[in-house]
Amino acid sequence: MTTVEELLLPSAEPVCLIDQNGVPHENPSYAMPAKEALLDGYVQLIKGRRFNDQASALVRQGRLAVYPSSHGQEACQIAATMVLRPDDWLFPTYRDSVSIMSRGVDPIETLTLLRGDWHSGYDPYEHKVAPQATPLATQLPHAVGVAHAARLKGEDTVVMALVGDGGTSEGDFHEALNFAAVFHAPVVFFVQNNEYAISVPLSRQSAAPSLAHKGIGYGVPGERADGNDLAGLLAVLGRAVEKARSGEGPQLIEAHTYRVQAHTNADDASRYREDAEVAPWLERDPIQRLTTYLERQGWLGDDVRERAEAGAVEVAARLRDGLMPEPEVDPADLFAHLYAEETQQLREQAAFLRDELAREEA
Amino acid sequence: MTHTKISMAQALNQALRDAMRADDSVVMFGEDVGALGGVFRITDGLTAEFGENRCFDTPLAEAGIVGMAVGMAMNGMRPVVEMQFDAFGYPAFEQIVSHVAKMRNRTRGRVALPLVIRIPYGGGIGGVEHHSDSSESYFAHTPGLTVVTPATVADAYGLLRKAIEFPDPVVFMEPKKLYWAKEEVDLTEAQPGIGTAVVRRDGADATLIAYGPAVPVALEAAEVAAAEGRQLSVVDLRSLVPFDDETVCAAVRRTGRAVVVAEASGFASVSSEIVARVTEKCFHSLAAPVRRVTAFDIPFPPPKLEKYQLPSVDRILDAVDDLQWEDS
Repeated sequence: MTTVEELLLPSAEPVCLIDQNGVPHENPSYAMPAKEALLDGYVQLIKGRRFNDQASALVRQGRLAVYPSSHGQEACQIAATMVLRPDDWLFPTYRDSVSIMSRGVDPIETLTLLRGDWHSGYDPYEHKVAPQATPLATQLPHAVGVAHAARLKGEDTVVMALVGDGGTSEGDFHEALNFAAVFHAPVVFFVQNNEYAISVPLSRQSAAPSLAHKGIGYGVPGERADGNDLAGLLAVLGRAVEKARSGEGPQLIEAHTYRVQAHTNADDASRYREDAEVAPWLERDPIQRLTTYLERQGWLGDDVRERAEAGAVEVAARLRDGLMPEPEVDPADLFAHLYAEETQQLREQAAFLRDELAREEA
Repeated sequence: MTHTKISMAQALNQALRDAMRADDSVVMFGEDVGALGGVFRITDGLTAEFGENRCFDTPLAEAGIVGMAVGMAMNGMRPVVEMQFDAFGYPAFEQIVSHVAKMRNRTRGRVALPLVIRIPYGGGIGGVEHHSDSSESYFAHTPGLTVVTPATVADAYGLLRKAIEFPDPVVFMEPKKLYWAKEEVDLTEAQPGIGTAVVRRDGADATLIAYGPAVPVALEAAEVAAAEGRQLSVVDLRSLVPFDDETVCAAVRRTGRAVVVAEASGFASVSSEIVARVTEKCFHSLAAPVRRVTAFDIPFPPPKLEKYQLPSVDRILDAVDDLQWEDS
């Protein structure tokens, strides 16, 4: 007989449907995603990788203040949004720019926060993407609130809430999972475990057997997936979204992946890890393995390759062109968005700044 | 309309009830707000009338409560949450400062958060440690928050109704000490707008500026002063943010002397802000430096000692006496 504990615990090994050599693996619980999904994912992976590369280049050119790269984690980023419907919500962290773009947000608007002309560049309601959160795990209770409100309104919306391994140590992670479980809220908590919270390794973050195991303490089913296997991620996340949507409550998914680059351009990764540790992860690259699999299946025709390359070229050009001019900022913006109705004090301060700027120009 | 004698607690309960009747998207949640009706009974009977989807108990976690309210407001609801006691709201501080206060700003006005965070605050009820803090200055210091506090039964009703209808997040500070104060009121009477102070008593000699639990003490001091021959104005701020400079400065200019009375510690506080504003804006009308009567800069003391901490009629009158009167 299956116990409740067994139902809540993740599989012994992370779910992997296509291994690092591009070899497919039968899994008794998860079917291989359809060809079209894998090809669509491939196109998005290529575009996501180019987004990461281009953004990193723009930091070096001084066009972005900072960029936390998700190079090597693109499969997580893409899969997280591929399994959502347009009316579902995505709650991203600062490292999830590729995810935001794959949700349909304009690449420039995606990078507004990191360019520094405003805190968030896009309208959260347009694509159902919350503003990127820089404090850790604080967006998770919001995700629960959106999901709970949807449920009260009778909508079958699912919320995909992203968090990193470091974020699972925060109190808000605990409170969000507990609230979601108690209120049976349709939230998929998706932990991208990339082994490092800036310089602190996972072993200093958690002593749990895996981060997916944490679900059992809240009564939330946990599952693990190979975070560099798009096929496994689509299967696991797809199942989690389906379960959440059908009323089975919140789900916790941990993707095992790796931050192959530094935390941001301001970080010196050589101070806390050896290159030898990084090397095997480069062998597990999510794009390489999917490419190998698709080639062996005979599915990766020139049309798909061209579609992928065209998407990559387009996003790179969009970023270069869009971020090349200095953004025009309006000092009136400083006071415009604090309250629905500006207070007398803010009107006075805005007038003060206007006068000061007028005097400077004169 | 007939005037009925009710307590501030009852008025707040009625405000929640009427708001929930008027608007289906208003939901109330927090710790013990359901079957128990809140430790101060402010939510008494709401679950019975509106069901568990409209008024419900949450796990015991304040950051989670406020964080969930953010998400629910993002998704079209008007959450009202209770923090149970002032100092129990501190675990939610990050949510309030980093998200509640900033969401409209960071999204350039695209995401509004019409939610209310109710915080019973202040001393004078013999509460043990962590049950008597005055936390309003932390919130007033945070741009993006609206902070109000009633001092009368009628204002408790009217301000809470206004706060729930408000398009932005409101930190609603409820003076615990006044929960059981009763007044004859007609709840249908005009409601105070958020951002408007009111002159509770008119007098030509000096102005007392107070808010929340300090207002009745200031009024009592004015009563005693009148018997001694000094006519004091009493301004009740009601709204700490936005601040009603106009009403406050008009009163101070008329009297030329002012004392700020507040129950919170004075250092780096709302009371310091009032002194600064009044000094900057009314300097040429002032006959004496603006004085303050506040709590000492110490953690709120145990119940047996709290009488030494709270502003008293005597302290207020002493401060008034110190306003450089020519005849003294």
